Amino acid sequence: MNPLHGYLLVSALLFAVGLAGALVRRNAILVLVGVELMLNAANLNFLAFWRYGPNPEALTGVMFVIFAIGVAAAEAAVGLALVIAIYRHYRSSNVEDVATMKG
Amino acid sequence: MTLAFAILAGLTVGAAIAAMTLRNLVHCSLCATVSLVGLALLYLNLGAEFAAFVQILVYVGAVAILIVFAVLLTRSGEAPAGRVSYGLWTGLGVALAVFGTLAWAIGGSSALKALPKDSAVPALPVKDVGDKLVGDFVLPLQVIALLLTAAMLGAIVIAMREAKGNPQPATRNPQ
Repeated sequence: MNPLHGYLLVSALLFAVGLAGALVRRNAILVLVGVELMLNAANLNFLAFWRYGPNPEALTGVMFVIFAIGVAAAEAAVGLALVIAIYRHYRSSNVEDVATMKG
Repeated sequence: MTLAFAILAGLTVGAAIAAMTLRNLVHCSLCATVSLVGLALLYLNLGAEFAAFVQILVYVGAVAILIVFAVLLTRSGEAPAGRVSYGLWTGLGVALAVFGTLAWAIGGSSALKALPKDSAVPALPVKDVGDKLVGDFVLPLQVIALLLTAAMLGAIVIAMREAKGNPQPATRNPQ
C-alpha cells in the first residue's frame, strides 16, 4: 500500500465526519465547523497529491492549498457573522428554528 | 505508513469525531482546534512546511478564535438540549455512503498503484513560494485580496446592529 493511500483514506474519513456533522448537528456554528473540516480534508488531498504526484517542483498543490485557506477564512468570517445576525433576530442559533419561509 | 503518520491520523480523526459528537459547544470548538493542529502536523509530515504554518496561523490562530467568539456571543454553550436534528440516521447514512464510495475508489484506482512507492521529499523553499505567488499566480493573489476585503466589509455589515430607523418586529419564533 502506498503512503498516498493512507493520506487519501484519512482525508476521506475526515470528509465523512465533517459531512455527518454538517448534516446532523442542530447548532449553526457546528454546521460551519463541519464545513471547515470538509475543506481541510480537500486541502490534505491536495498536499498528498503534491507530495507523491509526478511533478512536485511545479508547487501547484501548495499554491492551491494557500488560496483555499484564504477562501475558507473569508467563508468562516461571513458565516459566523450570519450566525450572530440570525441569533440577534431569532434569539436562537438552532438551524431548525429559522423556518419563517417554510411552506 | 509510518508510526508518525498513524499517530497524527488518529489524533486528527479522533478530534474531529469528538468535535462533531460532544454535547458542550465549547468542548466541540476545542476539539475542532485540536483537529486543525493535527492537520497542520500532517502537512509537516508531508514536507509542506509553508502550508502547515499558514494553517496554524489562519485556522488555529484566527478561525478557532472566531468560532469561540461566536459560541460565546450566541450563548450556545448553555443550551445543550437536543443536539441532533431529526435526520440523524439519514445524515449518518449519507456520510457513510460517501466514505464508502471514496474508499472504494481509492482502493480500486490503478493510477494510484502505478505511482512510485517512495519518492524523495520535494524541496519547498519559501523563496520559490513567493516567486510563484507574484509570478504565475499573481492574478489569483489579486482576486483573493479583493475577496478578503469584500468578506471583511460584508461581515461587518451583516453583524452590524439593525438601524433604528426601520424598526423590525422582533419576531420570536414560536417554540
